[in-house]
Amino acid sequence: MTDAPTKPDAIDVTLNGVTFEAEPGELLIDACERNGVYIPRFCYHPRMTPVGMCRMCLVEVDTGRGAALQPSCMLTCTPGMTVQTESELTKKAQDGVLEFLLINHPLDCPVCDKGGECPLQDQTMSYGPGESRFVEQKRHFEKPIPVNENVYLDRERCILCDRCTRFASEVAGDPLIHFQDRGSNTQVNTFPDEPFASYFSGNTVQICPVGALTAKPYRFKARPWDLEEVISTYPNPMGDRISVQSSRDKVLRIQGVDSDATNWGWLTDRDRFSFEAIHHPERLTVPLVHGDDLGNADAAGDNLVAASWAVALQQAGAVITAALDKGGPDAVGVLGGARLSNEAQYAWAKLAKSVIGTDNVDAQLDDGLPAAMVASYPRRTLNDALAPGSAVVLMSEDPKEQFGTLYLRLRHALQKRDITLVELNPTASGLGRLTTVGLHPRPGETGVVARALVDAVAGALPTADVGGVSAAAISAAATAVHGRPVTVVCGRASLAESASPTIDAAAALRELPGAAFLFALRRGNSHGAIDMGLAPGLLPGRVGLGATPEGWAAAPTVTGLDARGMLEAAVDGDLSVLVLVGSDPLADFPDADLASRALTTCDTVIAVDLFANLSVASADIVFPAAGFAETAGTHTNFEGRVSPLTRKVTAPGVARPDWVIASDLAFELGADLGFDSVESVFDEIVTVAPSHAGLSFADVAADNDGALVRGPTALDFGAPEPTAVVPLDGYSLRLVTDHRLYDNATLVQHCPSMANLADVAQLSLHPLDADRLGAGAGSLVTVISAAGSIELPVRPDPAVPRGSGVIPLNRSGADPRELIDHRAVVTDIRVASS
Amino acid sequence: MSRFNADNLIVAESIIRRYPVAKSALIPLLHLAQEQDGYVADDAMAHIAELVGVTPAEVVGTCTFYEMFKRHPVGTYVVNICTNISCLVLGGEELLHHAEKSLGVRAGGTTDDGLFTLEDVECIAACTEAPCLQVNYRYRYRLTTDDFDELIDGLRTGRITDVPHHGVLARIRQQIADDRLAGVVAPELATEAPVWLAASDAGGAGS
Repeated sequence: MTDAPTKPDAIDVTLNGVTFEAEPGELLIDACERNGVYIPRFCYHPRMTPVGMCRMCLVEVDTGRGAALQPSCMLTCTPGMTVQTESELTKKAQDGVLEFLLINHPLDCPVCDKGGECPLQDQTMSYGPGESRFVEQKRHFEKPIPVNENVYLDRERCILCDRCTRFASEVAGDPLIHFQDRGSNTQVNTFPDEPFASYFSGNTVQICPVGALTAKPYRFKARPWDLEEVISTYPNPMGDRISVQSSRDKVLRIQGVDSDATNWGWLTDRDRFSFEAIHHPERLTVPLVHGDDLGNADAAGDNLVAASWAVALQQAGAVITAALDKGGPDAVGVLGGARLSNEAQYAWAKLAKSVIGTDNVDAQLDDGLPAAMVASYPRRTLNDALAPGSAVVLMSEDPKEQFGTLYLRLRHALQKRDITLVELNPTASGLGRLTTVGLHPRPGETGVVARALVDAVAGALPTADVGGVSAAAISAAATAVHGRPVTVVCGRASLAESASPTIDAAAALRELPGAAFLFALRRGNSHGAIDMGLAPGLLPGRVGLGATPEGWAAAPTVTGLDARGMLEAAVDGDLSVLVLVGSDPLADFPDADLASRALTTCDTVIAVDLFANLSVASADIVFPAAGFAETAGTHTNFEGRVSPLTRKVTAPGVARPDWVIASDLAFELGADLGFDSVESVFDEIVTVAPSHAGLSFADVAADNDGALVRGPTALDFGAPEPTAVVPLDGYSLRLVTDHRLYDNATLVQHCPSMANLADVAQLSLHPLDADRLGAGAGSLVTVISAAGSIELPVRPDPAVPRGSGVIPLNRSGADPRELIDHRAVVTDIRVASS
Repeated sequence: MSRFNADNLIVAESIIRRYPVAKSALIPLLHLAQEQDGYVADDAMAHIAELVGVTPAEVVGTCTFYEMFKRHPVGTYVVNICTNISCLVLGGEELLHHAEKSLGVRAGGTTDDGLFTLEDVECIAACTEAPCLQVNYRYRYRLTTDDFDELIDGLRTGRITDVPHHGVLARIRQQIADDRLAGVVAPELATEAPVWLAASDAGGAGS
């Protein structure tokens, strides 16, 4: 399952008397499984290096020197190998190994969370001794100890398979749990008072073959045999494949599913534990409209009160109709939609562009990249991007913080495959020493550094430093990518600079031979939104404006406003109705001040959401939506891979799926979108969107790896003129703002297990810069920019280049957006002791 | 108890320089920590982790694998009495009982004055000299109970001076001349024989 062998010269292996062909380099345990013989195992995991710890996979193997017991996870298939998995000797070995493993394993299955889905229990039943001969005292440890906030370790149950510790060091790169002591006293543990603070710790719970590791959000919530399971997709940019498990209409657990194309079974803790938000009591359950103190609908009232769908829809329809009568289609804007499924996005795009007739539609909140660029640039699948002999240029937020499973795949490829990675980020990413060359341009100068890199690959080595990066480093980076197909992981690394430097850099890097892109856009389904036309100037299927799609009454012909344009138009009074579809501009738009003025000035704000976030609270009409696991559909990941989202539980109250809300609103406006099911929406997408031609809902659902939409279309994104570099004066630092895994995002804050994991905002500086400013760790400083000032503590961090200051977004304490002027290319800050 | 003091930090850095991969210095550094404090303190392990670029969990994993690294304070002198076959036959058990009585602690315990930790150990590979024991891993052979009392008295009064406090491997620290260091090339990257091997082949003094 790991690096799939490609060579055709197969090897003959005789398994229990039947000969089959193994692939060169294939492990015996895998080859047997592929041929229908499951060899029991505990320590072997197809996505990790085999270690032969547990001895459970011993089989009788004859390679010409006589039969002997050998661990099949450590044995590569060789020609003429004879394997007996059913022989007396093999059975005796399996029985013996299990008896040994059970010596110290407590027989507390009835009270163990793993009971019912436990490999040790299952394999003891299948291969082990019927009863115990062991009468001595078993070893005892303190019952579960927390190794971090969410993972508990019961050392008595541990069989020392090395899966969790191997995952921590090899896969996640956080070797904070380790074997300690030795012999019969060996245990897994952390360093005293230093928790297993890994973003990926939940995976160790999933791969633990016994009940030693359990996760707090699921502990004692259900028995495995009470759970119902569906295979679905986690709506994040990587489109991680998951299994959603529920009991009595409540989602109780999410586990990773191994998809070779995407997540390999891994998940970040944020995604894994985010199911807690699904059933949060603060979910929106009924439509809300203005009302009086008694809770009756009253347009003049100041409160938001519960209303029926009929009343809320009628009000929304009337508001939109009035706006259309008064200001035409341009007076209406639709902001958001990245949370939605492809089908809901298509329905909203059709509602906005065909029924309302506005092109003021944007699923990104000025924190992404131009939709036309994303839709038209060449892409490459993740597996192709990480194929041996490739190069990756990382130009996005730290994948460890924002694109967890991409980070794990990059780590694997850098360690196990011959790939090189050049970072073109303002600060060093979590990949650390695995990065081949780290170029860290001064914020705002990514474009010129990328240009210098492209020139250097073409042979014109730089003679002087460029954009704060040494000529030597650029030359080294050019050597690292030279002659290799380059994939650019491209996103907005910092929201304190405008998109233009990144756009310039992407345009330059596109000239590299064999260059392709993976756009690391934030938010769940941004790629689906772009493909479905939830962007100004685009129609479904990566098509520009012009023709009217089949079955649409009309389509806009003039490119509308993007998110920033809409907010500015609202402030100017040109946009009177703003529909927020699962977006929270007050919390997420980089210029907080503009967002706040826009929502206040706008005549009517209609919000469709799951929670009453800041923006929803200031809306006039609110529709409760059915969220993740409550509605079916499909999701598009950053490769353009469409995979199914499966419905598992009932939405709270009278919440409806987003595509139904769009259809309902269309009815109020006198139009019929023509949908009666998710499948019917998908069928229309297939006919309307050229990128999706030939796909079918059933096909997408049938393949564990989903289906890829067709690549770039005729759409062209003309590269703009390169942005002028803004010089940095000697007294200022240049601001970098990025997102971290745990922050004050609505989802995280509605998950009790994660709500308190978000740290307060700090200003990270290079230690030398901190010294120069006389600011020690933790000391409070005032940060001033042309736009505003905030006060926060300092954190010296050698990963931050000199001359830059990093403040994370969406944390408690201080909001760096107060420093950002959305018209400026970069944000320069001065730091003064408070 | 503590991180490396200024002097030991210099020693630690020179030890790390001997290895192409810093992590290889883990065990020598654990010895240095034990020499400094008499045992390996948690803070010392955190310091070692910083110095060699691994996590403290990896350091504690290595440290706890070895019984001779003590994670908790022990006496100035650790007395290991062998009770394996040869010693058992020739009076090891009796010697241990005598030690327990005279020191006033059970095997595994430390005397109130913090001078002696008594341990009951398996074979220490001196069967021809049974019954035998080690004080801070320095051997004493064919002991009678009187010999034992004299040993303890000598250590207590300071008459015996050839046994340094627990954790000191040798009074003379290993010195490796700069031109005989293995170099900073990791084995898998080496293209030529290490310098010390070349020096030996050339007839230089063996190391």
